[in-house]
Amino acid sequence: MRQRDTTGVSLPSNDGFLLKLELLSDPKLLFVVRGALERLTEVFGFSPPDRRSVTRAVDEALTNIMRHCYDGRTDQPIELCCSRVPPRTPEQANGLEILLCDQGPAIDPAKLRGRRLDEIKPGGLGLHFIRQSMDTVEYRRVGTINQFRLVKYLQPSTQSQTP
Amino acid sequence: MQISARHSDRTTIFDVTGDIDLANSPEIRKALLREVREKRTPRVVMNLSNVRYIDSSGVASLVEGLKASRDLNLRFILFGLSPSAREVLQLSRLLKIFEVYDNEDQALSS
Repeated sequence: MRQRDTTGVSLPSNDGFLLKLELLSDPKLLFVVRGALERLTEVFGFSPPDRRSVTRAVDEALTNIMRHCYDGRTDQPIELCCSRVPPRTPEQANGLEILLCDQGPAIDPAKLRGRRLDEIKPGGLGLHFIRQSMDTVEYRRVGTINQFRLVKYLQPSTQSQTP
Repeated sequence: MQISARHSDRTTIFDVTGDIDLANSPEIRKALLREVREKRTPRVVMNLSNVRYIDSSGVASLVEGLKASRDLNLRFILFGLSPSAREVLQLSRLLKIFEVYDNEDQALSS
């Protein structure tokens, strides 16, 4: 993939808010969101493998929402909100938090564990990809909203690249 | 995403271009299973050189193609994996399960 020159691109320094997307639960829009996340993670300062990890995790989480929370309906609302979050420890660097919200039915947390990988079979890999890719993966029900919270922290050595 | 097929010498090569995700993985699955289960092509080869991204539903389609091929003692081969595609197969511990080559020449001479 062609590397973009992000020299001089600076992210706003406010309360941490970076980007908000509202989309319908249409799989054709996954490509669009991936494009946005690829650019955001690049500007944020992630390494190429971590950019792919974050983009993959968000894509898989959206896929799960579309398939399971909305049962394949393509006209339901999804909200994606990205923010900068402070490090958890003094030794760490900043992180990128992605909040995904949908209005589907509540999810049984027991179904969010993912499957074992010692069997060769299709399906059930999305959650595994998300957990492998992100530092924090949380789910909670807020009123009638499912909220998935994903966080990936910059590696300290790449902190200096962050505008 | 676009998928087209080339046929030669008991082999079918699928050339795939674009990302494979939930929007189009059913199309990949359908093409693969038709080639394996209905046509029983001895060697099915997936050219992924122009596929930048594969999600879990795409991996699931490839696994279905692999399993169907194994059930019929046929071969199922991948070549031209992008870094992202290679990563998802590694994450799912499937990279060593598939027959994977760097390019078409290697895949066809195997």
